[in-house]
Amino acid sequence: MRIPIDTFQLPNGLFVVLSEDHTAPIAAVNLWYHVGSANERHGRTGFAHLFEHMLFQGSANVGANEHFELVQRAGGTLNGSTWLDRTNYYETVPSNQLELALWLEANRMGYLLPAMTQQKLDTQRDVVQNERRWSMDNQPYGTWWERLPALCYPSEHPFHHSLIGSMTDLDAASLDDIAQFFSTYYTPDNAVLSIAGDFDPGEARVMIAKHFGAIPRGAGKPPLGDMFLPPMFGGAKREIVPDDVMLPRLFLAFRSPVFGTDEYYAASVCSAILGLRKGSRLYRTLVRELQIAANVVAFTYDLAKGGDLLVVDATARPGLEIEQLEEAVGTQIDRLVVDGVSTEEVARALTLIETDLVVSLQSAGDRADKLSMFATYFGDPTLVNVQAERYRAVTPERVNTFARAHLTKDNRASLVYVPREPVAAPLQDDVAMAGVP
Amino acid sequence: MSRNSEHRFKASIVGLAMSAVTACGPAIVTTSPPVITAPPPPTLDLTIPPLLGPPPTLLVPPIVTRVLPNGLRIVVVEHHELPLADILLEVRTGGEADPASKPGTASLVASLLPEGTSTRNALQIGDQQALLGISLNANSGWEQSTVAIHTPTAQIDSALGLLADVILNPAFSSADLDRVRKARLTALQQQRDRGPSIADRAFATAVFGANNPYGRPLAGTEASLASLTRDELTRFYSTFFRPNNSILLVVGDVHPDEIERRARMLFGAWANGDVPVVATNTVSAPKGTTVIIVDKAGAAQSSVRIGGIGAPRSTKDYFALQVMNTLLGGSFGSRLNQNLRETHAFTYGASSNFSYRRSPGPYTAAAEIVSAKTDSALIQFIKELRAIRDTVPAAELERTKRYLQLGLPQRFETTGGIAGQLLQLLTYDIPLDFYNTAVQNIGAVTQSDVQRVAREYIDPTRLTLVVVGDRKSIEPGIRALGLGEVVIHDVRDVLGEPPTPR
Repeated sequence: MRIPIDTFQLPNGLFVVLSEDHTAPIAAVNLWYHVGSANERHGRTGFAHLFEHMLFQGSANVGANEHFELVQRAGGTLNGSTWLDRTNYYETVPSNQLELALWLEANRMGYLLPAMTQQKLDTQRDVVQNERRWSMDNQPYGTWWERLPALCYPSEHPFHHSLIGSMTDLDAASLDDIAQFFSTYYTPDNAVLSIAGDFDPGEARVMIAKHFGAIPRGAGKPPLGDMFLPPMFGGAKREIVPDDVMLPRLFLAFRSPVFGTDEYYAASVCSAILGLRKGSRLYRTLVRELQIAANVVAFTYDLAKGGDLLVVDATARPGLEIEQLEEAVGTQIDRLVVDGVSTEEVARALTLIETDLVVSLQSAGDRADKLSMFATYFGDPTLVNVQAERYRAVTPERVNTFARAHLTKDNRASLVYVPREPVAAPLQDDVAMAGVP
Repeated sequence: MSRNSEHRFKASIVGLAMSAVTACGPAIVTTSPPVITAPPPPTLDLTIPPLLGPPPTLLVPPIVTRVLPNGLRIVVVEHHELPLADILLEVRTGGEADPASKPGTASLVASLLPEGTSTRNALQIGDQQALLGISLNANSGWEQSTVAIHTPTAQIDSALGLLADVILNPAFSSADLDRVRKARLTALQQQRDRGPSIADRAFATAVFGANNPYGRPLAGTEASLASLTRDELTRFYSTFFRPNNSILLVVGDVHPDEIERRARMLFGAWANGDVPVVATNTVSAPKGTTVIIVDKAGAAQSSVRIGGIGAPRSTKDYFALQVMNTLLGGSFGSRLNQNLRETHAFTYGASSNFSYRRSPGPYTAAAEIVSAKTDSALIQFIKELRAIRDTVPAAELERTKRYLQLGLPQRFETTGGIAGQLLQLLTYDIPLDFYNTAVQNIGAVTQSDVQRVAREYIDPTRLTLVVVGDRKSIEPGIRALGLGEVVIHDVRDVLGEPPTPR
């Protein structure tokens, strides 16, 4: 399938991607700002994400609660999200409401600061701290989100530190930080605007120029910290985390070629052969045959700079020690490196991946997000249309070349969660309760 | 292929909560959309929101229904955007029919369907999915057991063949049962780690009691799973998996005649049978408010669930309840979320939900609350549950109705979305033209309707409250509120004794 794609750029640098499709009477608006936690400065971890929350708190012409309200009243859905290297904001609205979504996005891109108050900042700081508790601190294994990057990237690397941030750093964020971050990164020349779905491109161009045209270009952003990494870890790393969990769990990461390179597609196919769905090697052997894992999957982070990660995520069956699980996973990885993969395995992985690609483009919201992604990372949204071809070019030889280079013992980082030993457990406690606080 | 995009940090989780709310809620295909604003006058004042034209018309996708001689109902919706199809076979019986001592029967039957047939083992079924690029999932709910396939239409014959094999010839082998049972027990054990899961279980049992199916877990308990036999599973299967108790729903790039022809070949010889009617559940309202504290020492947040018994899907109050709940806690702009998140910052998101089932399901207000603010948050919850019984302002009502009305077309964007909406109607015997009038029906809800259903269904003096959290720090504050009787449990009271590691 090929998505129709049209692009243009406003004089202020805003890159616009349009993709028409009249299947359903809805339009998706999607804005990517090329800023994420990697851009944060020391002592302000979590700021990019806290800032994302502030963008829902109104702007010069939009009241404090109005942003969500205006979109929802129009029958739309909306959200935003923050990642290591980008932040996105998106609405899907009935197609007649397209201009409302554009007006709201333009207002917060152009006129945010007059609406910022200490009280809004304090509230959203608390909300974010609750988000941290919800997603990490009160979630079994939840801290893997910050521990795995911390283990896999050197301490000075922009991907090393926590995306959601430490409570201390969040507490330290000030209104000055907001103003500075906004004027540095939330500028039209650091953003991509994509619209997908049921709209008239001519009308959309007029609306975009009308609402975004007057927003001034930025003064440029400071360069990211040094992203360079050697292609391999150059040694084995291992970190043990006692947690309030019943079962041990292993995150085994390999440094891997960055998203968009030919080698990336081989890595992605390798990851699918290892752990995409129930027919994959690891699921078959560890969950079905040996029955030592409760679940196992493999995936890539898809980072486009520095170094990507291929991760195997395996949870042990009850009664199993983490070392047994690690050994079994290691054995399977070694076997793949030594024996290679078969033509049939590659074909099966490609079928699954291609089906997922098609499904991921079925909704206007997902299409718009993919277009923004390729435009932001590579300056070329039409790359969305060649993904299937790039996958199809992957041969067993290329997967094997990747595996021999990257799945080696000196390129492995293990983050292992184990049930916390009970602290001075009362005598009557059942042995089986070990690990339950 | 990354999977982490599902977990990136977001501004709001209420969007997620909403999908649960609206999954049971109305969606729309309409030929006569409401006109919501005047035509837009030309404006260049960029400080005010643009005025908008009338909303677009969404054409009703034609729904074709056929019935085979053995009673199998076939429902087909053509949707030719992409060469894809979503196929669902629904057996109209689920966990509601589990024997009282054997919760999890229907769920285990569904789980075993793709694990082996008389001619294919689990790995062969998995291989076929991978080679054809289709995905097959088997599930069960309270009233239904479902096998769903998503397939490229180029492979639709193979996909239908696989579906028929899984439905008609399941092997229920002892080895597969043993493996699936172990996996299920492991999953149950992991529930003990999760405050929200413990809270959901404790709340269902507290509201419905263990004598009502809704008070028992669909996935089973450690005791029931350990004791379920192959005979019990095959008995459930042969009783309820009958064509006269089933529906085949196909949405996608297909033609009804061709689907019917294939269905006759594949399912024509499926023998019908007498399917017993599952008795309707009855349950009595509580006499007062009860607060159940489940101790999870050291928890950073308290999992709060508050509510009682709601309404069945067939209720005549459906639209009034949808509007009332959306306003109370069914959207980001709802009262509960605005109060507990945006005003007080006690939580990342607060929501409420009516779970519509064949019999009245629960209504639940819920949030994960920072431990130190547990009692303060309960005060705000109760305040909102009281306030919703007063007349709601006209502007708030209109805003809420628009949100529901105008959001309906989004539910019909993809083949999977359409299938999901229709399946709801089919499951609960709602007429398939439901969506043609949903906009008008939402529009007809008045202030007094909202007040009436709020008063009828939400009684702040007879609530069930469950709080899973760090008892030591939260109990004194909760007791001081004097909401009602306070009961203290630990996790074992909710989930039973944990199994011994093996």
